[in-house]
Amino acid sequence: MRLLLVLVKPLPLTVIKKILNKTIEGVLMLSSTITTLTVLLIVLFLFKEGVSVFKESPLDGDNVIVLNNQNDVNHLSAADIKKIFDQETTNWKLVGGANDSILLFTFNDLSNYFSEEELGPEFEYLPHKMDSLIEANPGMIAVFSKKYLDKNHKSKVATIDNISPKTFLLGKEWFPTANPAVQLGVLPLILGTLYVSIVAILIALPIGLATAIYIAEVAHPKIRAIYKPVIELLAGIPSVVYGFFGLIVIVPLIQKIFDLPVGESGLAGAIVLAIMALPTIITVTEDALRNTPRAMKEASLALGATQWQTIYKVVIPYSASGISAAAILGIGRAIGETMAVLMVTGNAAVMPHSLLEPLRTIPATIAAELGEAPANGIHYKALFGLGCILFIITMVINIWVETISKRRVNR
Amino acid sequence: MQSDLKKILSQSIAFWTFRILSLAVMGILFSILGFIIVKGIGVVSWDFITKMPEDGMTKGGIYPAIIGTLCLIAGSMLFAFPIGVMSGIYIFEYTKDSWYRRFVQLMTANLAGVPSIVFGLFGMALFVNKLGFGDSILAGSLTLGLLALPVVIRTTEEALKAIDNSYREASYALGATKLQTIKRVTLPMALPNIITGLILSIGRVSGETAPILFTVAAYFLPKLPTSVFDQVMALPYHLYVISTSGTNIAESRGMAYGTAVILILIVLILNIIANIIRRFLTKKYKTN
Amino acid sequence: MYKIESKNVNLHYGSFHALKGINMAIEKNTVTALIGPSGCGKSTFLRLFNRMNDLIDGVKIEGECLIDGKDIYSKSIKIDDLRKRVGMVFQKPNPFPKSVFENVAYGLRVNGITHKNFIEERVEVCLKQAALWDEVKDKLKKSAMALSGGQQQRLCIARALAIEPSVLLMDEPASALDPISTAKIEELIYDLKNLYTIIIVTHNMQQAGRVSDSTAFFYLGELVEFDSTKKIFTNPTDVRTQNYITGRFG
Repeated sequence: MRLLLVLVKPLPLTVIKKILNKTIEGVLMLSSTITTLTVLLIVLFLFKEGVSVFKESPLDGDNVIVLNNQNDVNHLSAADIKKIFDQETTNWKLVGGANDSILLFTFNDLSNYFSEEELGPEFEYLPHKMDSLIEANPGMIAVFSKKYLDKNHKSKVATIDNISPKTFLLGKEWFPTANPAVQLGVLPLILGTLYVSIVAILIALPIGLATAIYIAEVAHPKIRAIYKPVIELLAGIPSVVYGFFGLIVIVPLIQKIFDLPVGESGLAGAIVLAIMALPTIITVTEDALRNTPRAMKEASLALGATQWQTIYKVVIPYSASGISAAAILGIGRAIGETMAVLMVTGNAAVMPHSLLEPLRTIPATIAAELGEAPANGIHYKALFGLGCILFIITMVINIWVETISKRRVNR
Repeated sequence: MQSDLKKILSQSIAFWTFRILSLAVMGILFSILGFIIVKGIGVVSWDFITKMPEDGMTKGGIYPAIIGTLCLIAGSMLFAFPIGVMSGIYIFEYTKDSWYRRFVQLMTANLAGVPSIVFGLFGMALFVNKLGFGDSILAGSLTLGLLALPVVIRTTEEALKAIDNSYREASYALGATKLQTIKRVTLPMALPNIITGLILSIGRVSGETAPILFTVAAYFLPKLPTSVFDQVMALPYHLYVISTSGTNIAESRGMAYGTAVILILIVLILNIIANIIRRFLTKKYKTN
Repeated sequence: MYKIESKNVNLHYGSFHALKGINMAIEKNTVTALIGPSGCGKSTFLRLFNRMNDLIDGVKIEGECLIDGKDIYSKSIKIDDLRKRVGMVFQKPNPFPKSVFENVAYGLRVNGITHKNFIEERVEVCLKQAALWDEVKDKLKKSAMALSGGQQQRLCIARALAIEPSVLLMDEPASALDPISTAKIEELIYDLKNLYTIIIVTHNMQQAGRVSDSTAFFYLGELVEFDSTKKIFTNPTDVRTQNYITGRFG
């Protein structure tokens, strides 16, 4: 054998080539940075809008609450205002004042007190008239626009707390468009979200687990070959289709079975979410089960254990962290799910008492209300606040899952 | 003897329980698909997919919604695919096991877990309001693209990870640079897997509703978009509105079934394509 | 002048001391076998000479590695140029999923050669050198994946030869092959010796005895003994070499 000695002259790596390589590397790096940047931008935008809700007064627009100068009450909470104007609170005693009944005044009552001539064609006499009226009635509480407040008013303007994180998170009433003061308590929404998601997982987990064990350990390869693609397919069906199915099948069914006035309920949401969570739970669990080393299973079988004993004594304990990851991941998906829940839960923003009543979740609230909330208004900001809560919940869940899977790798 | 019997008995009880439960799962899943397809397939016709909606969306077709969804798929993939693949390559081939890699991977995982409605909020705040795109194909595509980004990155990374390192070493040993190795060896080998992932992410993007609610989707718009700053109708949003808040819910039910069938068909077809590619791929490399 | 030399080479993977002060000198146009139990450092040592270890995180290398008297770790050496002069064959046959022809042409193409006739000529020469030409000359355009394991490995050898290296590194090139293919590869190594300086890592003592001129025995990161193959296999100086040769450990 003879070698044909041809001298291969190496092309010198020109400067241009080097620059090109560096540029491409730079572009690649830039794109990978975009992902990171997006997360940071989401945090920035969401939290900038969301946190600014706490700088807002719950009063609608530029309204002020005006009281008689003699009134012992100087300060009112948003909840107090709502109760007063809903005529649930009718005595100043209940809000820390003297024993005197409350007299409400809103702009609708204007014509009961004054004639048009008295107010002047441009309402130019209104500020003064208002001031005297309030001073004449010690029990009066009035709400009107700041511009009608007399410059030398004798009556006093009540101070109102801005929305605080505590009332936001723990408030039990969600009336973002209430007049004169909005009620922004997100507790019913948080509870509604958790309630539906946890019930959904309680339904889906045992069924999903059983199916995963069946597919991974029991089923004939041919059956597995049918199951796997079908489950993958179902993971891909849009949530709005599940919502549609829930709306036309599950909702009427629940209404009929439990004899309810409406079928839209927490239960309907939980069932639809359970169906939607099944593919995730089955796939993740099955992967975890299949990761059990063959030698470990064979060792158990060789000692005379049945296949079932091997599964619950060896395979399940070995894949425990994977199974818990599946459960948590399922909850995470359920918490963030929007459309299907929006379509079947009835969306009543009340503290959830029973699964058979309508309730409302955080994502559904955002989806239903953002379209109607004026940009940069208090309602809009409150919805971004809800987005922050949702983001934090899912972030915690993701990091939790990540740590669990990391533990699995390290073992 | 007694205990043997017990062992066998408990095994058959357990296995039968699993078998029945998994059959129940399949039953539920098939009945959902079956129900919608049986009710809706009669509605689907050539006219249904090529005509404008009529009579308060109770008659006519869903042509503008189909076109809208196609625009959104194209727009979001134009954004997510190159950036996602490039990031995947960078993370896997260029970064070593450093804080940067771990950080980007954590962020990618987090982004993948962010609920779609949060993407909607973000898209509205950034693209619609801050950047002033308004409700438009551009804003909607970017929002959907961000949603698909982590999926594309993960798929690319997994596809690259699946390639045995000795192929890279063999290329380096022949004097190839890193870029040559990626261009001529790793990327071509990973491409079928990456494309499979891309197809599945198209499926996801085509069905998402929450991110487009406030960034692009129009309730009723019986004309086709002419620029990226136009609003469009979209299939999933269309299904949502006509089944919950249309002017005449009962009469538009048929349209709703038809739209649901189209959505299912899109996902079904994409899944079949992805499976064919995957099968072709395993066959191709089996001889190795 | 020796073709290949290592002078007091130390290599650390993080805190693991994988090579401990290795001194070795290899003559031109010889076959050197590196033997020793798993994890003794023989593969790591082999990969020093085309700087393949550089790809691994946390590797630290001290000492001098010389090829033709030049330190290959000095700053003036371009790593791509070095790897063109040093071919490598891997444990498992790893042809690229391209055609037979493109596999051999790969090294030429990545080094900027575009001349069609030259490439065709070179591919044929290399396939002949690798004793594969007769088997594949009719299926050059077919996928390399369709070849048998032994053919794939000879293709990988042809691929390495295409860029005209002067040194050929082989990392257990026959360990994944059947006995007949192994025999063919060994025969090939014997033929290639005239043209290249070959270092081969092997687990198989008989193989080392059959193909090599000198043999180096590694143990726990140390070069225990390096001598002519005949001497190592019949009359080793060190008791550890003797134990290994006679199968007491490893």
